[in-house]
Amino acid sequence: MTDHSNTPRTTPRASSTFDAYTLSEIRRAAATGIYDIRGGGAKRKVPHFDDLLFLGASMSRYPLEGYREKCSTEVVLGTRFAKKPIELKIPITIAGMSFGSLSANAKEALGRGASAMGTSTTTGDGGMTNEERGHSTQLVYQYLPSRYGMNPDDLKRADAIEVVVGQGAKPGGGGMLLGQKITERVAKMRTLPVGIDQRSACRHPDWTGPDDLEIKIEELREITDWEKPIYVKVGAARPYYDTALAVKSGADVVVVDGMQGGTAATQEIFIEHVGIPTLAAVRQAVKALQDLGMHRKVQLIVSGGIRNGADVAKALALGADAVAIGTAALVALGDNDPRWEADYEALGTTAGAYDDWHEGRDPAGITTQDPALMTRLDPIAAGRRLANYLAVLTLECQTIARACGKSHVHNLEPEDLVALTIEAAAMANVPLAGTSWIPGSTGSF
Amino acid sequence: MNLKLKPAVSDGETFFDLAQAPLRELNAALHKLAADTNETHWKVFNPAGRHAVAAGLDAPVTVEIDGPVGYYCAGMNKQARVIINGNAGVGVAENMMSGFVHVKGDASQSAGATAHGGLLVVDGNASARCGISMKGIDIVVKGSVGHMSAFMAQAGTLTVLGDAGEALGDSLYEAKLFVRGSVAGLGADCIEKEMREEHKALLAAKLEAAGILGEVDISEFRRYGSARTLYHFHVDNVSSY
Repeated sequence: MTDHSNTPRTTPRASSTFDAYTLSEIRRAAATGIYDIRGGGAKRKVPHFDDLLFLGASMSRYPLEGYREKCSTEVVLGTRFAKKPIELKIPITIAGMSFGSLSANAKEALGRGASAMGTSTTTGDGGMTNEERGHSTQLVYQYLPSRYGMNPDDLKRADAIEVVVGQGAKPGGGGMLLGQKITERVAKMRTLPVGIDQRSACRHPDWTGPDDLEIKIEELREITDWEKPIYVKVGAARPYYDTALAVKSGADVVVVDGMQGGTAATQEIFIEHVGIPTLAAVRQAVKALQDLGMHRKVQLIVSGGIRNGADVAKALALGADAVAIGTAALVALGDNDPRWEADYEALGTTAGAYDDWHEGRDPAGITTQDPALMTRLDPIAAGRRLANYLAVLTLECQTIARACGKSHVHNLEPEDLVALTIEAAAMANVPLAGTSWIPGSTGSF
Repeated sequence: MNLKLKPAVSDGETFFDLAQAPLRELNAALHKLAADTNETHWKVFNPAGRHAVAAGLDAPVTVEIDGPVGYYCAGMNKQARVIINGNAGVGVAENMMSGFVHVKGDASQSAGATAHGGLLVVDGNASARCGISMKGIDIVVKGSVGHMSAFMAQAGTLTVLGDAGEALGDSLYEAKLFVRGSVAGLGADCIEKEMREEHKALLAAKLEAAGILGEVDISEFRRYGSARTLYHFHVDNVSSY
């Protein structure tokens, strides 16, 4: 018998296709027979704003003095039809997140932080609470397929209405709020039995398609005497046509949410495999507005993976009027904070990766209705953190805008940008850095 | 009476001609009515299928619309009585909170959709998705209803004197359904339930509210409701989702 004991062995080699995560998911699926549900947006690496760079000023462009020359940030939303447009001091809004998926303290903190910085927050699936109305100087009321908690009184006390067609994490998908989070208060607001797993419809119950939406928007305007700006929010999927159809339907504002945008709870496979990245959606949406002669007349809000002032500046440079943040706002409040690491480990995860928001056991007290966990979030301190974070985003965006010689952040333009990758150049329709080449468009490598 | 005056007032009634003035003026005038208004009875002429007629009312007044209306007539109604002397388009009385909406003709899809309260009576037939996602409204349809009626209906009652189409009560929550005629098919998690005395009393109350108690035999109705097997998401129910 041949002795192989001295034969050199290759090192163990893991498969790139069947990597550790994939294997664990196969084992989990085999054990449970049900798909994985989680919160948050796409975690896979996709072309993003990091793949763009600003050129800054040079011989042919002159910059503005950092601490002396004004760089304005205000934005007005709803100038097309609404009698009372929303005036924000910064081009960063808080995206729709529901009471139910979030604790009352978290909603209050979002309102406090946003209001301190002169911007708006947005309700979510489940209706408007007095706390969030009270703590938000400007509140956008979402009009969702489920219509949970929808009523004309809240419609009239909102500052704007956002008709939700879809969201970036799950274009074409509804929602599910598990029974652990359907407390008595949440259930009452949604007219449902306490403790059941609550489903949210994926389609509106009384309209289908853009022709109907136009009539629905007319109804909402009639009910509110044409005062409120009406947004239409779509998940990034076919942004050119979706934006054009939203404009056709009579929207004042179009919100385009990329696949990195979060959800309270959806199938992992849906989040990672349906919809397109934010970067790929912005220029398409802007082009639709430009082709219709409606750019800057119908405002565009972009969301999904906005993290810093550079992301804000890049979205604006590509043609957005404002951005919305959700996940980053929750992190600013205290979501996934390492101070709760022991608790995250007890849940089988780690700070920074916790995404089982639907289970209602959030150690940070944000995505929960558990009374004990909720008290971990001080809404005043958390609101201050959010205000600080929004201030930093704004300062960073202004820093870049001044470097590009802009006296208003809306003066940023695609010409200020180049791309680091061919993919990003093609998606953003800006040249590959160091070339005049825009793939599929102009110039040469 | 000069109908060109907008609105015109005669004998305690206020008249509004939609052929003479835009809908926006009508709705704005109706929205301004205070709870103690003397203008308690409005008559609207020539609706001609316009959308959102008398939407968003919040006063104890009667609005009588003479002719057919388009989508979302009496949408989000509170307190008001809205009478439609004609057919109604999609979503009549959608998201109504309280009050009374009476369609004297037929109603299109999604009648009473998502409504939280009040009473909707349809003298004729209602099309598909009648009472979809209803949250407390009482609906009485004297004719028949189309497919997917009471889909995901959460609370309230749907009473049908005629027949119901396919997939009645699909994914039903706690709404109660009474059908006198045939049911083409029940949706997921919707089952026929025993018609006990308290249900007969409930049905009688709804028929009385609709003004037809005694005109139909309560014993001819059958009750349908949620089996509640889909209230908790479970892999064993996956074929129902």
